Amino acid sequence: MDVILTDGELTDVRLRIYEPPRFFEAFLRGRAYTEPPDITARICGICPVAYQMASCQAIEQICGAVIDQPLRTLRRLLYCGEWIESHVLHIYMLHAPDFLGASSALELAKDHRDLVETALKLKKIGNDIMETVGGRAIHPVNVRVGGFYRVPTKRELLPLAERLRWGLDAALETVRVVSAFDFPDLEIDHELVALHHPEQYAITEGRVVSDGGLDIEVAEFMEHFTEEHVPYSTTLHGRMIERGRYLVGPLARYALNYDQLPPVAKEAAVEAGLGKVVRNPFRSIQVRAVENVAACAEALRIIEEYSEPDRPAVPVEPRAGTGHGATEAPRGLIYHRYSIDEQGTILTANIVPPTAQNQEAIEADLRKVVAANLSLDDHDLQHLCEQSIRNYDPCISCSTHFLDFTVERR
Amino acid sequence: MAALPKLAVWKFASCDGCQLSILDCEDELLAVAGAVEVANFLEASSAVVEGPYDVSLVEGSVTTPHDAERIQEVRRVSKFLVTIGACATAGGIQALRNFTAVDEYAAAVYAHPEYLSTLETSTPISAHVPVDYELRGCPIDRGQLLEVLTALLHKRRPDVRSSSVCLQCKHRGNVCVMVAKGIGCLGPVTQAGCGAICPSFGRGCYGCFGPMETPNTASLSAALQAGGMDDTTVMRLFRTFNATAPAFEAASRAREKGDGQL
Repeated sequence: MDVILTDGELTDVRLRIYEPPRFFEAFLRGRAYTEPPDITARICGICPVAYQMASCQAIEQICGAVIDQPLRTLRRLLYCGEWIESHVLHIYMLHAPDFLGASSALELAKDHRDLVETALKLKKIGNDIMETVGGRAIHPVNVRVGGFYRVPTKRELLPLAERLRWGLDAALETVRVVSAFDFPDLEIDHELVALHHPEQYAITEGRVVSDGGLDIEVAEFMEHFTEEHVPYSTTLHGRMIERGRYLVGPLARYALNYDQLPPVAKEAAVEAGLGKVVRNPFRSIQVRAVENVAACAEALRIIEEYSEPDRPAVPVEPRAGTGHGATEAPRGLIYHRYSIDEQGTILTANIVPPTAQNQEAIEADLRKVVAANLSLDDHDLQHLCEQSIRNYDPCISCSTHFLDFTVERR
Repeated sequence: MAALPKLAVWKFASCDGCQLSILDCEDELLAVAGAVEVANFLEASSAVVEGPYDVSLVEGSVTTPHDAERIQEVRRVSKFLVTIGACATAGGIQALRNFTAVDEYAAAVYAHPEYLSTLETSTPISAHVPVDYELRGCPIDRGQLLEVLTALLHKRRPDVRSSSVCLQCKHRGNVCVMVAKGIGCLGPVTQAGCGAICPSFGRGCYGCFGPMETPNTASLSAALQAGGMDDTTVMRLFRTFNATAPAFEAASRAREKGDGQL
């Protein structure tokens, strides 16, 4: 990260992401229409389900396949597992140590062993949901275009319900624990963008909405959003056409879907003193904790109401066309678009992950944070900047402890 | 008390899934953290202890000029270097670029390919430096990872089998998906380790652990075709997560239609 000061005044902040370029959209060309869930999962080991679900939706849309409601609910359960796993990982392994003055969860365990043990136990529930429904926690094998290869039996799922009852309490306690942290002041004004569904907290499906009045079908996404390639980073920068930077992720989802939170999550938010909109990104850890309550409650409800679907998948026959899919990855909205020919061979693929969309917002936050804290020495300023980046949980490798921090004084 | 062995974790071109497998050892993580000094693990900790390191776990493949230099430095500061996962061990899914011209890929994905610094190929760590142990899988198996770490701490050989997925599949008591349902499966030529998950869920193995020690890919390819799979589908099956593992690369090239395109 580069901070450039001219005569003591902040003139530029740049976040250089040096993740080696990976060419997934190109790899997909020429592959079969059934392959995106397996291939795109490999974009991210932390949120493979997000990629699998968005790609399945897009292909199913092209082929005119309508997925049975019980299968859609089972997808939501799998996705809740990923939310729990990912949110707990971020809250306790990455974010909480910042607030508690530790370098890692492992160091945290020395003084707060109970806390870390609870976190690991809770995280494991998320992983075990993914293993039971998806076959394994990282890169699940049981997801296919049309549904699943095999659906779990009620008997396989029931032990998870017992653990989720404990997990729900642990998730509520997590909200209390993180709400006691001391939060730096920062108020953001990014346009907030998320999926919205009238009946449920949007995860697997919905319309794309914003607090600036946007309300569109997923298929219209590329008419309103664009990605730009800046010279200093391999991460493309997402922008809203004619409106500029925007933010996806927990703060956006929470603000746009507060009414759809399950009652127990809403109560936790009220108890934590959160309003219906949270605009301090340092408080995203609280919002993530509230969402984790929602994910536990949802997973529990789905398992309790579960009866084995009649069939594991809907048949999906290829036909030429273009389709769109969008879901809410733990880090925010993810969008996929594919074109295939009549044999089902992929002609083009376009994937917009959450981290790319948030680049501009993260840089804007960093400018504010740096400008307000120029009196800090470089070491403390770097720590504060790292913490600001971790607020957004951008794909874990960049969210973590990577900063090559330079301050250039001109 | 003797100093704890120093553990470092390094990332190259990857999805972070194999590193995440370490944090996914929920029941064992604190025990592992008590047996080693986690000296360099950026995904989990901001504290970095200087090398040399007793054990380095390396994730990801080498795809940029910068990383080709960096792996040399990692080797220099590591006593025992273990690659974790298909990318580090075999070039991974990124090695799909090895079958075509990378500038075409760059132009397909990025508006300004000239901003990028990338190599023509994705190569495994062993193409650059000597590797002491390789763990397979996309992702690796947690149990195998713990086994390797335990073995290293106790100075014994890791008990990691090089037999096929078929053997694990039989141990699980699965009915063979290929024989009973005619589903194409790479289990006979793929190294065990995952626990035969895919056949247990009623789908064929897609080879994410790479080729077993003595894979008869020609025979399996013939069987897949006899089961109704066309050349292109067989080629794609071998050319996904371990596309440049030699046995799988040979098998996919044998089904290729000349121009390298799928």
